Amino acid sequence: MTDTTHEARHIPDRIDTPLRAAIFSWPVLLLVVAIALFVLNSFASPYFLSPWSLSDATFNFTEKAIIALAMALLIISGEIDLSVASIIALASTMMGLALQLGVGTPGLVAIGIVTGLFCGVFNGFLVTRLGLPSIVVTIGTMSFFRGISFIVLGDQAFKGYPASFDFFGQGYVWWVVSFEFVLFLVCAVIYYVLLHRTNFGRHVFVIGNNPMAARFSGVRVERVKFFLFCLTGLMSGIAAVLLTSRLASTRPSIALGWELEVVTMVVLGGVSILGGSGSIQGVVLAAFIMGLVTFGLGLLNVPGIVMSIFIGTLLIFVIALPIVFRMLRERRS
Amino acid sequence: MTLPLPIPKITLSGITKTFPGVRALHEVGLELYPGEVTALIGENGAGKSTLVKTMTGIYQPDAGEIRIDSLPVELPSPHAAFRLGITAIHQETVLFDELSVAENIFLGHAPKTRFKTVDWRGMRERAGKLLGEIGAGHIAPDERLKDLSIANKHLVAVARALSVDADIVIMDEPTAALSFKEIQDLFELIEILKKNGKAILFISHKFDEIYRIADRYTVFRDGAMVGKGLIKDTNQNEVVRLMVGRSVDHVFPKKSVEIGEEILTVAGYCHPTEFADINFTLHKGEILGFYGLVGAGRSELMQALFGITKPSKGAVKIAGEIAVIRSPAEAVEKGIVYVPEERGKQGVIVDLPIFQNISLPSLDRTSQNGFLKLVEEFALAREYAARLDLRAASLDQNAGTLSGGNQQKVVIAKWLATQPRVIILDEPTKGIDIGSKAAVHAFMGELAANGLAVIMISSELPEIMGMSDRIVVMREGRIAAVLENNEELKAEALVRAAAGIGEEAA
Amino acid sequence: MKTLVRSREFWLAVIIAVMIVATNFRSPGFASPGNLASIFNDTAILLILALGQMTVILTRSIDLSMASNLALTGMIVALINAAYPAIPVPALMVLAAFCGVVLGAFNGALVWLLGIPAIVVTLGTLTIYRGLIFLIAGGQWVNADAMSSSFVQLTRTDLLGLPLLSWYAIVVAAGFFLLMTRTSVGRSIYAIGVNPTASIYAGIDVGRTKFVAFCLSGMLSGFCGYLWVSRYVIGSVEVAKGYELTIVAACVIGGISIAGGVGTVVGAVLGALFLGVINSALPVINISPFWQMAISGAAIILAVVLNARGEKRGGRVILRQAESAS
Repeated sequence: MTDTTHEARHIPDRIDTPLRAAIFSWPVLLLVVAIALFVLNSFASPYFLSPWSLSDATFNFTEKAIIALAMALLIISGEIDLSVASIIALASTMMGLALQLGVGTPGLVAIGIVTGLFCGVFNGFLVTRLGLPSIVVTIGTMSFFRGISFIVLGDQAFKGYPASFDFFGQGYVWWVVSFEFVLFLVCAVIYYVLLHRTNFGRHVFVIGNNPMAARFSGVRVERVKFFLFCLTGLMSGIAAVLLTSRLASTRPSIALGWELEVVTMVVLGGVSILGGSGSIQGVVLAAFIMGLVTFGLGLLNVPGIVMSIFIGTLLIFVIALPIVFRMLRERRS
Repeated sequence: MTLPLPIPKITLSGITKTFPGVRALHEVGLELYPGEVTALIGENGAGKSTLVKTMTGIYQPDAGEIRIDSLPVELPSPHAAFRLGITAIHQETVLFDELSVAENIFLGHAPKTRFKTVDWRGMRERAGKLLGEIGAGHIAPDERLKDLSIANKHLVAVARALSVDADIVIMDEPTAALSFKEIQDLFELIEILKKNGKAILFISHKFDEIYRIADRYTVFRDGAMVGKGLIKDTNQNEVVRLMVGRSVDHVFPKKSVEIGEEILTVAGYCHPTEFADINFTLHKGEILGFYGLVGAGRSELMQALFGITKPSKGAVKIAGEIAVIRSPAEAVEKGIVYVPEERGKQGVIVDLPIFQNISLPSLDRTSQNGFLKLVEEFALAREYAARLDLRAASLDQNAGTLSGGNQQKVVIAKWLATQPRVIILDEPTKGIDIGSKAAVHAFMGELAANGLAVIMISSELPEIMGMSDRIVVMREGRIAAVLENNEELKAEALVRAAAGIGEEAA
Repeated sequence: MKTLVRSREFWLAVIIAVMIVATNFRSPGFASPGNLASIFNDTAILLILALGQMTVILTRSIDLSMASNLALTGMIVALINAAYPAIPVPALMVLAAFCGVVLGAFNGALVWLLGIPAIVVTLGTLTIYRGLIFLIAGGQWVNADAMSSSFVQLTRTDLLGLPLLSWYAIVVAAGFFLLMTRTSVGRSIYAIGVNPTASIYAGIDVGRTKFVAFCLSGMLSGFCGYLWVSRYVIGSVEVAKGYELTIVAACVIGGISIAGGVGTVVGAVLGALFLGVINSALPVINISPFWQMAISGAAIILAVVLNARGEKRGGRVILRQAESAS
């Protein structure tokens, strides 16, 4: 460094202030939509604003949203897990089997969660160790996991879960605030910190943007992805405990079709399906929006199947809208 | 030497193309003459690729006119350009790996039977004939393209160009991935094309190639045409002056540095298919050049040292201690870092901000218990951006918005921030402009002076001879020679070792 | 010959044959022509759908809305048949295909014009199309009583020993074979899957080709809408629910790479037949039909593991002796 006399060029850290960037972000747009829906709902139905009905509304989406938190990280990293609903079925079936053997509530919870985790390990192994495309692998395990439930149960159901087990899916922590809802909020905070405030979260974004450059930069890509599959399995196991407790029964068709709803929630939350970008705030807001829509239309006696039209349209609409705007802007200039 | 014909085959005039915020081409003109090779010369970012994309119908110019045989034409799509007889052979061979050779040649204009279905037999026959014409009879029309070497893929691309009887052939850095022998074959092929009256546009960074094959030249700088003429009427200095807008005497800033103790020892290093019996040592303060033809196994060797691929046997010692490196993460921990040749794919992460690119392998140091600390990240990025004289609007800007040279600086900054012991640079100045090139060279000299051990892979003789203390020459996956770089070393010796030509044959 | 033995399709055919023969040992008569024909007839709809899905997957996309498209179109033709039994059924079949094309074109247009990833678009239309069934039918079912006899019979009538349903599948498979191997549309579909960038240079419009692929998969879904309703004599919101992933499964088992550009009509047909044979074999060998789902899941996983092994390429061959050894 002896003869380099050039003055170091000053490069500012940022041009856009964080505040300015935040105001025009996806989560803020979602927040506006959520508030609008909330106001609309409270006009549409007099029952909407009652604390108990609002509390009821949360049950519609918390289990899916709990999985969506982990799914968001997985999709940001460029992978996907379509087997989550089947993991619920298998975990619930294992809990039911344990119940037949006389296992008590703590044991049931543990079995549900561990089964979920094990399924995640299985997916993670196939994808990261054998290097297979996750969309195909998890379509396979989707059939496989739920298939095991069908083998075990056929057209039967497990019933008779102990009363102490009811708490997880039906219990309240305080007044109208359910255990499920509190658990969701706690998980949301944990996932927010994990994704946006830790080295691990940064690695998730980096891998989603460019897995090869990530590996060439010393990021342990396979390890991170494996861990994400485990997390998604784990969250599905937790969701299985909540759902089984709420329904107080296990059928092999439990949570059928949830995988696509969870993915919808994540994508609606602004996570790029191609990986590399997204936020937990967005996913949480998307969960609320889907809950509000379902519940609001429910109060108006609109059947669930029609709500799905709304959700589907919303999904396409929110993704198409910015693209259309960008196209119009480019055409003008 | 063919006499310049008065009528150009294709004439571009007043072509202007603007992208949001960038004026890529400004009223440029270009003429190509039948039976002649015109070299298009310019630094990266001078507008050569944009011009090629305009000529092949991928971009629509904002203004200007294109005439073929003096008639104005429109090129609304790549297919329209193709139909008008314009065909391009690109940097990365843009063909279809999974399809057969014949399909690659005839895709988009396959011969049809009278039932309007694809005539497979006719297609194979014609493909075989075309390949024969260009001296590529060894390629079977039924072969899958993915089983061919890059040079053979080029031949398929040329056959494709001939299949529509294209009169205008654009070759965009066709030699970038070819070996010495393959380049010679390509030049012979270009001579055939010239004899057939094709108008050829040849784009290359390598002056020796341009002087060897081109009849005319056109120089672009910053999106404008700054000079043209006959090759025989000019010299290299004149062209370089036009390119950079000033005359440069490229001095390599190699300093004589005291070579320190041994830092890296590689012994008996082997890979099942890529390299074998590799032995070399590297010292502190040394720049060890790796020379060889493209495909000699240099990058593959370095990627094994960096933990990307697995060697089959051999030992690596770092500062005298046996080091087992199974992943890039472990290599970084042990102080070996690698600046890859494929900058856009393996080096920078284009959609992440500069500061996150720089801090990526150093996150453990800028964070606390695994939690990010943005202040420290920015501080680290600022420090190394300044050291490398990075040109950027802000550290929060996405790395993909930088020029190639500045992206390379980001990659180097990223690795220096880890405070490595050994830095491996794989073709560090490939495809970057002359200004950044000099900066990278200067910086390499500085690193060595500061006691870092540097390995530099380069296929450019001036660079390898200007920068290295010692030069390892590789050929076909093995070390062919290790040479001291002193006054007596001649370029011919390197080339001979790389090509496997003995003294007596020279 | 060598290439035949090396091909994935050959081995899949062998596996299917082995399964049929093995089942025949347990239950003689399984491999009788009559039973094989009935297995084929049971698989006909899946086979047609798999061809549509293959077309889309080849272009590096996916169509998750096929089953919903099928159900919606099936409901539309069933309602029309119930209301106006005089309308000839072949006209309804054409209408079904047309409705399917419209629904497919909607997917394709979003992918083509707005560049939204296909998985997102069809995830959305998957729910929208199914929701629409409820809207147009008001939650009602259309069952056998409401359907005209020709509506029901046009899948069942025997022709040369096979029901018409099987013939439809054969005609569609043959048509797609010609389409994919003998026409420029087919070659374009492969080309954009193998190398989208190069396709642009070859004068192929990538977006428009994807649009065409979605129209084709929509057309087949719509046509299957009629077939399904006619065969199972039921039109409801629940028709073919969850079937979209079975279709993808047939493609994966048939060796169609989800990464695009790789896969054949024969593969898709065999993939569907594989699932069909398993379905019919299970009850025969006294395994509860509830095993079927887990087995097809295991088959998908196995297929993708094997596919990946086939595609895995070693490092570059630089060394001389390695070259001669390989």
